[in-house]
Amino acid sequence: MKNKLSIPSKLYIALILIFLYAPILVMIVFSFNGSTSTSVIQGFSTRWYKSLLHDEGTMKALVNTLILAVSSSLIATAMGTAAAVGINTMRSKWLKRTTMSVTNIPMMNPEIVTGISMMLLFVFAGALIGKTDVLGFWTMLIAHITFNLPYVILSVLPKLRQMDPHLPEAAMDLGCTPLQAFFKVTLPSISTGIVSGLMMSFTLSLDDFVISYFTQGPTFETLPIRIFSMTKKRVKPDMYALSTVIFVTILLLLVLLNITQIRGEKRERNKLGKGGAA
Amino acid sequence: MKQSPLARRMVTAPYMVWAAIFIVVPLIFVVYYSLIDADGVFTLENIKSIPAYRGIMLNSIWLGFAATLISLVIAYPLAYIMARASKNVQRTMMMLVMLPMWMNLLIRTYSLMILLQDTGIINGVLGRLHLPAVHMINTRFAVILGMVYNYIPYMILPLYSIMAKMDHGLVEAAQDLGANKLAVIRKIIFPLSLPGVASGFTMVFVPSVSTFYISKKLGGSTFALIGDLIEMQFKSANNYNLGAALSLVLMVLILISIAIMNRFTGDDDDGGVLI
Repeated sequence: MKNKLSIPSKLYIALILIFLYAPILVMIVFSFNGSTSTSVIQGFSTRWYKSLLHDEGTMKALVNTLILAVSSSLIATAMGTAAAVGINTMRSKWLKRTTMSVTNIPMMNPEIVTGISMMLLFVFAGALIGKTDVLGFWTMLIAHITFNLPYVILSVLPKLRQMDPHLPEAAMDLGCTPLQAFFKVTLPSISTGIVSGLMMSFTLSLDDFVISYFTQGPTFETLPIRIFSMTKKRVKPDMYALSTVIFVTILLLLVLLNITQIRGEKRERNKLGKGGAA
Repeated sequence: MKQSPLARRMVTAPYMVWAAIFIVVPLIFVVYYSLIDADGVFTLENIKSIPAYRGIMLNSIWLGFAATLISLVIAYPLAYIMARASKNVQRTMMMLVMLPMWMNLLIRTYSLMILLQDTGIINGVLGRLHLPAVHMINTRFAVILGMVYNYIPYMILPLYSIMAKMDHGLVEAAQDLGANKLAVIRKIIFPLSLPGVASGFTMVFVPSVSTFYISKKLGGSTFALIGDLIEMQFKSANNYNLGAALSLVLMVLILISIAIMNRFTGDDDDGGVLI
């Protein structure tokens, strides 16, 4: 049975958490530093948060990042869900295997290889149409959709497998068109997979640096790219302020997600309990 | 599902076309670019020049391997402890392990740099305690630490998920049959956790061996890895052909390591890595 943690176990967990969180803690502390130093603390101040708000470049990059993350995750989720439905009903084993292998490539390949391979394609295509500045929002969007797709497919597929395949058939026997059957029966039962695929895509896109770095152009800067160019020079604490804001936002999102998950599980358990009693 | 074959093809078609153009074709381009020179003429020069970078490659493999091994050694007991804790502890720990992953890698690495600098916080604390300062930044140690720090969650999570699924009855049965602690670990727990070890291994090794930011920030400019070399060809030296050839080597290297690792995981129909 699951037991209580022993003291050495607790100590071990504590050590690892210190290791994981020390740099983050440092960052948060220095984001409130009164001076520009990133090694000496001189008083408490929120000036870096204020200067962040007035930094147009960073704010623009933040907006760009959100635009890219929202659009790429939505498109990837739509396309990936459709693909998963198709893959699930594929009868040819060979076709299924090949499709899954191709799907796995962006997850297996090092990011740098995915990045440069797409860059080569874009540069080549650009040369074909006589443009030297193809890299920008559109190329980044394509790249982000591409690396998001496998995560969507792999989170939707298991849900489709768990679903009773006779349900949509029953719906169709009762007069639904295949499309209606999909929206009324299939979609609700795979919705958790779709949502987790969407969220994963969104966060991956938000956070991506390497692939963006190779498919990005000077006209469209995202936050990670901006952070990269800023860390080439000496970083000012406003970057820390920004990271702290992002960190706290993600923390809140995760906590919220956890709470809703626990609630959902409880509700399901209650339902099951009642079903069993009746 | 009873759908007409046409409808079925219609739902998969956009993805199939997309995957062909943006996953498969780019990889063909890597091969193509590695076999031509700047004027587009066929050449083997790029491939032939690869052995000159042997040192950098071996260095990358060695550092990536060391980081992966250290991650495994640190993560394994943690995953075991987590898997046997109460549901609430498990949930909280999962969150705490995943949370740093959602911090941008650049910022995490930069913060680590602040800690390790000669005038950084660790040396500041050592100074207060009247201990001699330790030079850490721009060393192999710093680069390995950076890799472990950034990628250890990818080791913890697959190990944890496989150990959480493990049937604890087997451990108890072994104990009942007289196995001591060591024998239980060696004969039951470790063999059963091998698929998790394998997937954690690839998930840490692949990004470690191909990184360029970590080595740049923590290793200093004198310390190049294969990732730095590739990045340089595309971003400053503008030698796409050499860059493509180097990427090809990196890809082959990764494929080999994945193939080795897959031997441990056994046959998985989807071949997908669970996170």
